[in-house]
Parts: sequence; structure tokens; C-alpha cells
Amino acid sequence: MRVNFTVNGRPHEADDVWEGESLLYVLRERLGLPGSKNACEQGECGSCTVRLDGVPVCSCLVAAGQVEGREVVTVEGLADYAKQRAESGGCASGACGNGGTSVGDAQRWQAEPAGTDSQTGEQGELAPIQQAFIDAGAVQCGFCTPGLLVAADELLERNAEPTDADIREALSGNLCRCTGYEKILDAVRLAAARGEAATAGQGA
Amino acid sequence: MDFLRPASWEEALAAKAEHPTAVPIAGGTDVMVEINFDHRRPEYLLDLNRVAELREWEVGEENVRLGASVPYTLIMENLRAELPGLALASHTVASPQIRNRGGVGGNLGTASPAGDAHPALLAAGAEVEVASVRGTRFIPIDDFYTGVKRNALAADELIRAVHIKKAAGPQQFSKVGTRNAMVIAVCAFGLALHPDTRTVRTGIGSAAPTPVRAREAEEFLAAALEEGGFWESGRTVPPSVARQFAELAAGACNPIDDVRGSAKYRRHAVTVMARRTLGWTWDEYRGFGRATEGNERCA
Repeated sequence: MRVNFTVNGRPHEADDVWEGESLLYVLRERLGLPGSKNACEQGECGSCTVRLDGVPVCSCLVAAGQVEGREVVTVEGLADYAKQRAESGGCASGACGNGGTSVGDAQRWQAEPAGTDSQTGEQGELAPIQQAFIDAGAVQCGFCTPGLLVAADELLERNAEPTDADIREALSGNLCRCTGYEKILDAVRLAAARGEAATAGQGA
Repeated sequence: MDFLRPASWEEALAAKAEHPTAVPIAGGTDVMVEINFDHRRPEYLLDLNRVAELREWEVGEENVRLGASVPYTLIMENLRAELPGLALASHTVASPQIRNRGGVGGNLGTASPAGDAHPALLAAGAEVEVASVRGTRFIPIDDFYTGVKRNALAADELIRAVHIKKAAGPQQFSKVGTRNAMVIAVCAFGLALHPDTRTVRTGIGSAAPTPVRAREAEEFLAAALEEGGFWESGRTVPPSVARQFAELAAGACNPIDDVRGSAKYRRHAVTVMARRTLGWTWDEYRGFGRATEGNERCA
């Protein structure tokens, strides 16, 4: 079967998709986007977290056929996504606290033209949450990191000033076996604080 | 395998009538696990994501009509006042990612004794709206679960919605697991006080082949509350009443030993949860509840 959908702002067409295949498999094996990680394949670990029409989901539990015509953002497109959100919402952190991205907003979102490419995630600029993970030392083996980044970015989008309890709840579906989570919590706090500072700097 | 993608409810029913072996998939949080692990290779997958009405809910006079695919996240965010027990139970489902996809229709379709929604539905009182090309019927929740992962659906039927009685009094949900998130219930307990009819209802998860009510416990408690004039006086329920309610609740269980817990532990845990949820709901009924934050602030 063929599946047409948008990934990181760009239309994609996947061919010869097996009907029982997951979105995760399509992303990794057919579209060459290995950022979303394949670990538990049962929704327990969150390593494959992506945004589906703006909503964080485990891509291993979405059947490929279910994404026909829909919008997916993966960790490869996160920097771009955060940048566009900041530009359109006027909050540099991307933490707009407006209750998340509507489907309409997600659909209007467009990728940058090739060059600063969201397909590989290898463009220079990072999303604020990515930079915060580096600065806080929140990455060890890195396998859980893509899922955590997508989940944490979504948290800060709908809640610019999360409490520790908010952070723990938002990341409760993402397992990390290296860090003990403390540095990850630090990273989310850091990104939130930088977002606030940037907003204050704009006189908002 | 064939992937069927009906665009409307009528198309979905027609597809299910034509292919009764088709496995419905909505949130995918159960079905995809089975496919990923090669435990199941259905001939047809019937995708319900395009049937928009399944994601809608309606708050009526007496009931909430909850579309089968309304994700748990939206239940938590929008129906806490009308369906407090189910909202609490929804909050204990797995993780945000799973709650963004899974819904009550899937819980009912899978009919696992460990499904988090079941105790809340049993306690609140509900009817499952199922349909086929032959017509629509309403199955009382008490008759819905027929065995381990079995329900009362016919092969050509699909779950369209659940009609849940709006809360007339306090409701609670309690679940035992090894973590606060990402956990399948070792066992779970739901309790709803119905002051309008002066009854109480319960629901027990993961402690019998199907989700069950503790009917003897319900009848005992309702009689004790009535005889003692507790509904009017709002006095504290005596510990002896709470204890017997809890023991009768455990008596309704028929648990097994498995990887998540022993039968003995489950019985004990149900006793504790029954007693605690009674305390919480009764405090709330009396106006001192933890769920009535306004009262706490004023007190």
C-alpha cells in the first residue's frame, strides 16, 4: 500500500508499505529518518515519540495507514519546528503557553527550503530544548534523547513555566536507563528559564 | 493483510459486516503491540481514525455520551466534573503519549480485566452503544464483560459510544502498581456514591477473570448508610462498617497468581483500596473532601 503524509513540513510518499507496519518503521526504514528510535515496540519507552497533528504519540503504535494525509514532526524537524513556532508566536523559547499546537497550526507549518534541512536534522541550529539538553549534560548514551526532546518541547509549548511535577508527568512515558533523569529535569528547567528570560528581554 | 479505511460510520459498519474477522484499530495501543510482536496477524485491519464522530462527546441531562475513540487525555481535561471516576482512571493510563491515542472504546473492545476504565464504568453505571448493519443495541456494562478478554459484541458489531451516568455524588478510583506511570494495574478499585438513589456502586479490576462489581459489599454499605441515617446526618462512617465493606469487596475477587502479583496480595490490596476510597468519597460527600478544593480553602 502507498501512504502519503507530511513529515517535518514536507510531503512524503511511502510505497510498498505493509499494512501492519508502524509509522516508526516507515519513518526509519522507508523515509531514512532514523532519529526516532526503535526500542520496546509496545509504547512503554517513548523513544519513538513524534508529533502527530501536533500531539505527542508513540510512533511504534500508529499504523502506517493511519497517517494518510496527516502531519508528523520528528526529532529531525524539531529545530525547524521550534524556530517557526517562535517566529509566529513571538516567544523565543517556543514556550507560548497557549495550550499546544492546533491541527490548523500544524498544517500551516512549512519546512525551510533545502539547505537548512529538516530532513536530516543536521542543520547547524538547534531547538532551545536541544541546546538545553547539551548544556545540562542530559545526554548519555542518547538512545532515549530524541523521544525526550519531542516530549519536553511539547511540554514547554503548552506550559512555559512547568513545575517539577509537570515535568515528571510530561516525561513519564519516556524511559532513560543512563541518567537517572536528574540531568534531564535540569535541562527542561534550563530551557524553561531561558525561554522566560528571552520573553522578558522582549518586554513581553 | 488488508487495511480498510472507512470514511464514515456507515462505511465502517458495512466493512465490518463484509469482513467480520476485521480487527478494529483506533488508538492502536493494544492492537499494534500484538502486531509488532507477531502475536496477531489479522486478515483485515479496520482503521476507525477517519470516523470523526467517534472522537466526540455529548453531555446530556443524565448521561454523557462518550465516543468510542475520545482519547483519555480529553476525558481528563474535559469531563472531570461529569465523570470524576473515569477522569481519575484515565489519568492512570500508561503515559501522556498513550493517553493521547487510547480511548474507552479500545479498553472495552480488548476487555482485559486490567483495563483501567472498567472499574470506573462499573461504578458509575454505563451502557455500551454497539452497532452493526443490523441495527444498534445498548449493552448494560454489567453484561458487557463475558470472560478473559471477551465481551458481548457479535462479530459484525462495532463499539460506537459509551453512555455513562453523570456523577450525582463523589467518585474515586484507586490502582496498585509498581510505578505511578506506565503500569498495568496489579489491581484497581472504583467506587461511586449515588446519593440521588442512595446506592453505591463499585468496580474491581485485575482481580477476577473479568472486571467485576462487588455487589454484596455495595448492598451492605447502602443498607448500613440507610439504616444509620448517614445520608442525612453526614456523620463519619464507623470503622466497623468500612472494614466489613472492604472485606466483602475482597470477597468479590477471584484473583490469580501472576507476574504482577499473587492472588493473596490482590485480595489484600482490594481490601485496602475499598476502605480508602470509601473514606475519600464519604469525606467528600460530607463536604470535607480532597476533591472539593474550594471547601478546603474556605474551611
